[in-house]
Amino acid sequence: MSEATAQKIPVTVLTGYLGAGKTTLLNRILSENHGKKYAVIVNEFGEIGIDNDLIIGADEEVFEMNNGCICCTVRGDLVRIMDGLMKRKGKFDAIIVETTGLADPAPVAQTFFVDEDVQKNARLDAVVTVADAKWLSDRLKDAPEAKNQIAFADVIVLNKTDLVNKGELAEVEARIRGINPYAKLHRTERCSVALADVLDRGAFDLDRILDIEPDFLEADDHDHDHDHHHGHDHHHDHDHGHGLKHYHDEDMQSLSLKTDKPLDPNVFMPWLQNLVQVEGGKILRSKGILAFHDDDDRYVFQGVHMMLEGNHQRKWKEGEKRESRLVFIGRELPEKAIREGFESCIVS
Amino acid sequence: MKEFTPSPDSASIVSVTDRVKPVTLGMAVTSVHFLGSRAAFVGGEENVALVDAAGEITTVVVHSGGILSAASDGKRIIMGGDDGKVVALDAKGEVTLLATDPKRRWIDAVALHADGAFAWSAGKIATVKSGKNEEKSLEVPSTVGGLAFAPKGLRLAIAHYNGATLWFPNMEGSAEFLPWAGSHHGVTFSPDNKFLVTAMHEPALHGWRLADNRHMRMTGYPGRVRSMSWSAGGKGLATSGADTVIIWPFASKDGPMGKEPAMLAPLQARVSVVACHPKNDILAAGYSDGTVLMVRMEDGAEILVRRNGTPPVAGLAWNAKGTLLAFADENGDGGLLEL
Repeated sequence: MSEATAQKIPVTVLTGYLGAGKTTLLNRILSENHGKKYAVIVNEFGEIGIDNDLIIGADEEVFEMNNGCICCTVRGDLVRIMDGLMKRKGKFDAIIVETTGLADPAPVAQTFFVDEDVQKNARLDAVVTVADAKWLSDRLKDAPEAKNQIAFADVIVLNKTDLVNKGELAEVEARIRGINPYAKLHRTERCSVALADVLDRGAFDLDRILDIEPDFLEADDHDHDHDHHHGHDHHHDHDHGHGLKHYHDEDMQSLSLKTDKPLDPNVFMPWLQNLVQVEGGKILRSKGILAFHDDDDRYVFQGVHMMLEGNHQRKWKEGEKRESRLVFIGRELPEKAIREGFESCIVS
Repeated sequence: MKEFTPSPDSASIVSVTDRVKPVTLGMAVTSVHFLGSRAAFVGGEENVALVDAAGEITTVVVHSGGILSAASDGKRIIMGGDDGKVVALDAKGEVTLLATDPKRRWIDAVALHADGAFAWSAGKIATVKSGKNEEKSLEVPSTVGGLAFAPKGLRLAIAHYNGATLWFPNMEGSAEFLPWAGSHHGVTFSPDNKFLVTAMHEPALHGWRLADNRHMRMTGYPGRVRSMSWSAGGKGLATSGADTVIIWPFASKDGPMGKEPAMLAPLQARVSVVACHPKNDILAAGYSDGTVLMVRMEDGAEILVRRNGTPPVAGLAWNAKGTLLAFADENGDGGLLEL
């Protein structure tokens, strides 16, 4: 992590459908003996809080940015609260934003992308989604909010595993993976997860896109990247020989792209920009590590809907495979067009 | 302190840095005002430091937490805190509790009227207290971003999402909504009562000509405008947010419509705060690199008051006569300049 990044106050976004156990996790975080102080932004003052911590009530006021992009929504109340909290810098070590059970995490995340002052002082650390092992499968069918929260997550705390049997657990995990194979998944009872697994993850830190590579690779190795051109028979099971069922969600998918041939930055960059401009409403999250033609540096990027940020990260190491990988998580992704567009960026 | 390295074209800049009395406050400062002859440095939390011409510092506790908003008329400062309280500090250094939010919500914005009325907001509700009259409250559609009293009559402007609301608290059903998409934070009336201007979340100002509610868009800023100050007589509105001081012309009946703003005192840093002199066409500007300049509005001539190389300037203020300038950076290193 760069020094400038390290000095910024980390912000963890805590989401999860109604009743999944967000408040339980929040109370665990606050009551554990970690010697840290948190500023917690909640929607309803519930039974939370330790004297040490700052608890702030929020209104979840979402507004559209005036930049002509309809998915460019930010949480206005967060901008205001962050402003106020910065006057008390030094009084807390980290910020936790708890959203309501029906909230879309995107406006929260986008607030940290678009607001200059917020960005100067704070950094989005990770989106942590608490999911109910018993009811999530049902909610994925009837609650688009629940699906959004899973798709958006960097960390998923699959809670209440004691209320399901092994088969049910495998099924709900497979459904989660069908939507978001890249998030870290922790199985818990009463949200008993190690704090290090949910806090200080650096999931939005470009410098640490490196760290999440194993997940990237694992996911690819499972041949999860929709290489097969299936028709309309969604929710089909297919065994990959390791006993884990794979589900493909009807409308929310992840799409991974990979090539070991160099990309032309002059073609790729406009293509990516245009893709998120046109399809940004459908793309929830995007990430990539890129090998450009005639460039000894790795390029990394990440995005939320239409917002992208990217940078040269470091030199490719000697002997390191110069491979480009991209991941999109989204709704009704135009897979064929994305694949063809990506192919056209390869230097032939 | 780091050396000021003037660029070649500003080699001849006049400096008065040696005449500044340094003030070390030892606390983060968020705004600066004058109470009589003493400069009042409002801290980020709990305290206000009153500093006299000799540089003597008296610290007064005003809130038990963060100080979120402050407004002054030169006789007192009204402040709102994250402790849910609205307090006033007078020139003697006495603190009066004016109101407490029943739910201890943050007091996000405050405003002060020349006749002593004051207003505050918590969430979506703006409240006005005028003399011995009862408190009057108005709920707007979304969280209040800023408050300002009109120069004439008891009328309050409330900035919020998608516009601003104008309200005569003593007239039932008088709230008038001025729509404009986006989030509006700061708000100010022109001293002649003809225009209302808001600073938006996006880097732009929006204005309404109150006679016909005609819109005025003032755009082109690289950053959000956090500081606005009317020049003496209200001919221009000086603003922060760019690497020059941007002054919009308001002398004509059309305001800045169809006109270019003046751009003065360019530096390789962003203007963080502006304060126009109360009598003359001079302004003081603080920058993100700690520089403070005095600028003559007529020709842009500059005088260096403070060198660069520190955190951003957080507050600037002139006393009522315009004989004293006080400033401080975010870390609480400030100064007093007697003219």
